[in-house]
Amino acid sequence: MLAIYKREMRSYFTGVIGYVFLVLFLAIGGGIFCLTTLYAMTSNVTAFFTYMLIFSAVILPLLTMKSFSDERKAKTEQLLLTAPVSITSMVLGKFLAAMTMFGGALLVNSLYFLILYNYANVKTALLIGNFVALLLVGMTFISVGIFVSALTENQLTAAVGTMGIILLFLGVGVVNSLLPANFWLRYVLDCISVFTRFQTFVNGYFDLSSVVYYISVSAVFVYLTIRVYDRRRYN
Amino acid sequence: MVKVEHLVKRYGQNYALNDISFEIGEGEIVGLLGPNGAGKSTTMNILTGYLSSTSGTATIDGINMLEHPIEAKSMIGFLPEQPPLYQDMTVEEYLNFVYELKGCKLEKEAHLEEIINVVKISDVKKRLIKNLSKGYKQRVGIAQALVGDPKLIVFDEPTVGLDPKQILEIRNLIRTLSKNHTVILSTHILAEVQAVCERVIIINQGKIIADEKTSELTKVIEDGYQYEIKIAGPQREVESALEKIRGVKSVTATGERDLDSYAYIVESEKGIDVRKPMFNLCAARSWAILGLMPIGTDLETIFIRLVDRASGIEPERKSRRSAH
Repeated sequence: MLAIYKREMRSYFTGVIGYVFLVLFLAIGGGIFCLTTLYAMTSNVTAFFTYMLIFSAVILPLLTMKSFSDERKAKTEQLLLTAPVSITSMVLGKFLAAMTMFGGALLVNSLYFLILYNYANVKTALLIGNFVALLLVGMTFISVGIFVSALTENQLTAAVGTMGIILLFLGVGVVNSLLPANFWLRYVLDCISVFTRFQTFVNGYFDLSSVVYYISVSAVFVYLTIRVYDRRRYN
Repeated sequence: MVKVEHLVKRYGQNYALNDISFEIGEGEIVGLLGPNGAGKSTTMNILTGYLSSTSGTATIDGINMLEHPIEAKSMIGFLPEQPPLYQDMTVEEYLNFVYELKGCKLEKEAHLEEIINVVKISDVKKRLIKNLSKGYKQRVGIAQALVGDPKLIVFDEPTVGLDPKQILEIRNLIRTLSKNHTVILSTHILAEVQAVCERVIIINQGKIIADEKTSELTKVIEDGYQYEIKIAGPQREVESALEKIRGVKSVTATGERDLDSYAYIVESEKGIDVRKPMFNLCAARSWAILGLMPIGTDLETIFIRLVDRASGIEPERKSRRSAH
């Protein structure tokens, strides 16, 4: 697993994807930070994290789009699948590499808030809680991305497909607002809406059930990716 | 070392492999031969754990590939048809990666250095793989298979797309490797099997149609031999004299003439060598033999005959395939 993780990390930086991701994430993250806090002259971080969530949904597919699709296209997956390594560690190696990239970017992003400490009374716990939540949501998006990239040879298809599924996860919250107040479906959609769940963190609650939800969804998609590879051997 | 029992691989209604069984002993060098699409790559992919069979088992050194894939895979070095190379890595980085991927326990520097020397890639080890020529890429692919010093090495069409000089070099390399490893090699080039392998397993339409020592392959032909002989002497006389030799089935003049010599195709009965009697006849009559060449004993012809024979046995299956 470590070998695959290291190779994956390396490949982010031998190509352009790693740099493009970091530059975009830090630059646009910085822009969002400036606009929502410094420019708006507030220490309220609600808007920042809401925009960052939407931004992550758009940029994270960039990180995962070539995870498996590229290996399949270049036939290098044959090396991985005939090496004495389990499919699980192959998938986890790639998953963790993408997580490291996202986590690292998020960590640098959090440094922006040091500026805010000079001007306002920042609630550190709220800040940390929100970053953890964003990391968890990102983990969900990454697991979706890894899964979709295992389904196709084409990077673009993988990226667009991932974005589609992520937007679906976010979009069910919108459908909710169109439904009558006590309709049963509303509760179901509330449960699966990534956006609605994220709002609880933004509003200052560290909701454990949401943490479990994000981890579970990620686990399901990682498992599905493993199944895709397991299944392909029989087809 | 390798035991394959009743291997079947089915894609829908089509059989890529249909009940294949063979055993390969330690230290053997075996060629899997067959036309394109015969099932060679499928067999190798199942052996190396890349694909799973529909039914049947493949065991490597007594370890079942499906039940204990990691243990079984650790004994195999595999060079697929297209070498699995990461274009963005240098040769050295790539081999380091493979070393770590395989969880190799040997002393790293010395082991990789040895492989680099064996496959002769030391002059390109610092270069990016994407900038290498096809021949070097193939060598790096072979190097990758050797990492971890596996007991069994599987090469899927190792010389495809190489120039004649590179082909010879790779064949020599495989021959060298076979001294310390069990080697399975697939190819559709017959000369390759003749040049490299001790034993050949011929696959056609997913079935084994011959499994022989390369040197004994000619024996699988049930009918007799044919020779082309050029004799300087009167055509009619020569023809009738040849026909009288015991074991000669037929004599046909080809019509080819060179001054006073004529060419004939002599067909012999099975198990009788007519070459000496022909020589003695000509010597007695003072007819000079200007050429004597066996026809149809080269692998090419044997192969075609075997394939034809196998197809003839199963017209039913063949017609079903063509319907798809």
